[in-house]
Amino acid sequence: MKFDIKKLLSNQLVIPFAAIIILCLVNLGYDIVKDASFFSIEVVTNNSGNSVFSGPLITILDYGSELAILAIGMTLVTAASGGQDISVGATIAIAGSAMLRVLCGGNTRPEVLATPIIVGFLVACIVGMLCGAFNGMLVAIFRIQPMIATLILFTAGRSIAAWINNNELPIVPDPKFAYFGSFIPGVPIPTTVFIAAACIITAALLLKFTNLGLYTQAVGINESSSRLNGINPTAIKFISFIILGLCVAVAALIKVSRLSTINYSVIAKDIEMDAILAVALGGNALSGGKFNLWASILGAYIIQFLTTTLYRFKVDSAALPAYKAIVVILLVVFSSPVVRQKMQQFSSSRAAAKKEVA
Amino acid sequence: MKKRTIALLSAAIMTFSMAACGGNTGATTTTTSSSSSSSSSSSSAASSSSSSSSASTDTGAGSADTGAAAASGELIRVGIINNDPNESGYRTANVKDLQDMFKPENGYDAQFAYSLKNDEQIQAAQGFITDEVDYLLLSAADTAGWDGVLKDAQAAGIKVILFDRTIDADPSLYEASIVSDMAKEGETAVNWLAGQGLDEYNVIHIQGVMGSAAQQGRSGALDAKAAAEANWNIVEQQTAEWNAEKAQQIVQSVIDSKTPFNVIYAENDDMAKGAVAALDAAGISHGVGKDVIVMGFDCNKWALEELLAQNWNYDGQCNPFQASYIDQIIKTLESGATIDEKTIIMDEKGFDAETITQQDVDDYGI
Repeated sequence: MKFDIKKLLSNQLVIPFAAIIILCLVNLGYDIVKDASFFSIEVVTNNSGNSVFSGPLITILDYGSELAILAIGMTLVTAASGGQDISVGATIAIAGSAMLRVLCGGNTRPEVLATPIIVGFLVACIVGMLCGAFNGMLVAIFRIQPMIATLILFTAGRSIAAWINNNELPIVPDPKFAYFGSFIPGVPIPTTVFIAAACIITAALLLKFTNLGLYTQAVGINESSSRLNGINPTAIKFISFIILGLCVAVAALIKVSRLSTINYSVIAKDIEMDAILAVALGGNALSGGKFNLWASILGAYIIQFLTTTLYRFKVDSAALPAYKAIVVILLVVFSSPVVRQKMQQFSSSRAAAKKEVA
Repeated sequence: MKKRTIALLSAAIMTFSMAACGGNTGATTTTTSSSSSSSSSSSSAASSSSSSSSASTDTGAGSADTGAAAASGELIRVGIINNDPNESGYRTANVKDLQDMFKPENGYDAQFAYSLKNDEQIQAAQGFITDEVDYLLLSAADTAGWDGVLKDAQAAGIKVILFDRTIDADPSLYEASIVSDMAKEGETAVNWLAGQGLDEYNVIHIQGVMGSAAQQGRSGALDAKAAAEANWNIVEQQTAEWNAEKAQQIVQSVIDSKTPFNVIYAENDDMAKGAVAALDAAGISHGVGKDVIVMGFDCNKWALEELLAQNWNYDGQCNPFQASYIDQIIKTLESGATIDEKTIIMDEKGFDAETITQQDVDDYGI
């Protein structure tokens, strides 16, 4: 039986799984030392009188949802355009603001909802897709570098969000609206988990039953040859940004629902960096081309796992970005051509040594 | 391809670090607005409302000579330089308060200029000096760079009154400075908490953006008390950077770790709201007579309503209403008297859920 380390190392999922194992071990070690229980899940009664699951693992699944949803869109954008959208945090603010504007009918403190929640959500979807279309237009048609193109909404987005609601911070009165960010009565699992699952399944079906995945990779690997093969690169890039816009709208629903209000300047702050990191953690090339959606989604939950673990260790929350930066540095180093080559040399020389012994 | 990847990632890292040290003001982060170290906060606030950050000089009240003049018949001309009203809920309330005070009915002919950028504010100040206003009222975006223009004002015989924010300039260049005392806000809150007579205080302390005046003042009092008293423990001290979502996650992590706590001391209302969301999800009761005491700052209207409903216990005020103080100073100066104490600290209240009334919510909610 031959253990093929070369094949294992070349698998894309090796990085995310290694990260999960390391994080689990770190937490297990902490449990043993401090006599805590990271992996226990218990049932508590929340303040609305429902029995719900509670525990660090539930926290990770709950708070990782928005990121997982964004990672879907970000993976497609990265694969198709070879660049990243850095405006998702700001567009979450815009979509969330539009949703509140519709739900509250321009009133800061309404007694009842002006429109049903579904209408508000659909408006958010349209607004999210419009923002995506704007970015997509700049990237696909005007061929602007994605990070530069999305810098526009990154800078202006939060002002636009403030303007939509006339600088007021509306509060949604309906307790049903809070279900999307917490729990539905009678269901012990956070609603966000179901929303994320629905998005992931939809994306999986989309990739399985359409050629979108193949076309996206083709455009990302070589735009001109894919054009020669009858694929329209402009359309594919455009579509990837629109899908990201839709993901943004869903993430905005969760974010706004968590607190039933919005704060334009801080909602989903820095989430774009986490989303890009999720794609990178999944072992996807940030320069586009081949991608693995599952690895990105796994990457998103790993980031939340890391955040939860760091909070558990009482790491200063202001220092969290520094830890994430360390992860980025490690990823970049390990995926750099120089290190890859060295590792391949190492494993092949080991294989050769084994052969000699045999 | 790989080179580009690395370039992009290093750009990403840079943005990370920028995000880490960039102070944050925003729609309801009312406290940073009164921070004197506003260089970082003003830059981020500028980006968050860049659409309206240009210095716009509004002379709407300028034609007031024909208005219902005050008894003296002669209107006092004031030039008011403030930060952008979109900066925060605090600023919105502040601007409205000033506009209500400085109008012809009260004997003033006022011009307003708003900007989050220091250089634009200085330009506006020079404009007002050229216009020969009687008084220059100033809430500076940045503490530095004001000496020159204030000397010009002095030479032109224009009296300068600072409000909300102090500047690094010689006190002889201005008549008075009306500010909040953040340390006192913290002391008021901590004294109130001490008055609750709990056997043991296990406090989750959620801080604002580190280094801002509001954070330093409000943290200082609690830190001192926790160091002095044996039964005061800070079980968790983290900055949530005025952000409700972050506060929610921090409190969630304490709940997950099963550390017992009975007080949440959040340095603004938003973070208190995030903390309460985490408590609600975990089924921990909070408010008057419940398991956990919830404390916030800034007196947003919705927060005072939470107090009225007894879901929270305490809210400390950060007073944006400086206009009446300024009015008094101008009246004193006009009558020929002098101001003895240049730095004037405003009265700031702390509201207790057990005694707050609807009247308080209407009067003090911002």
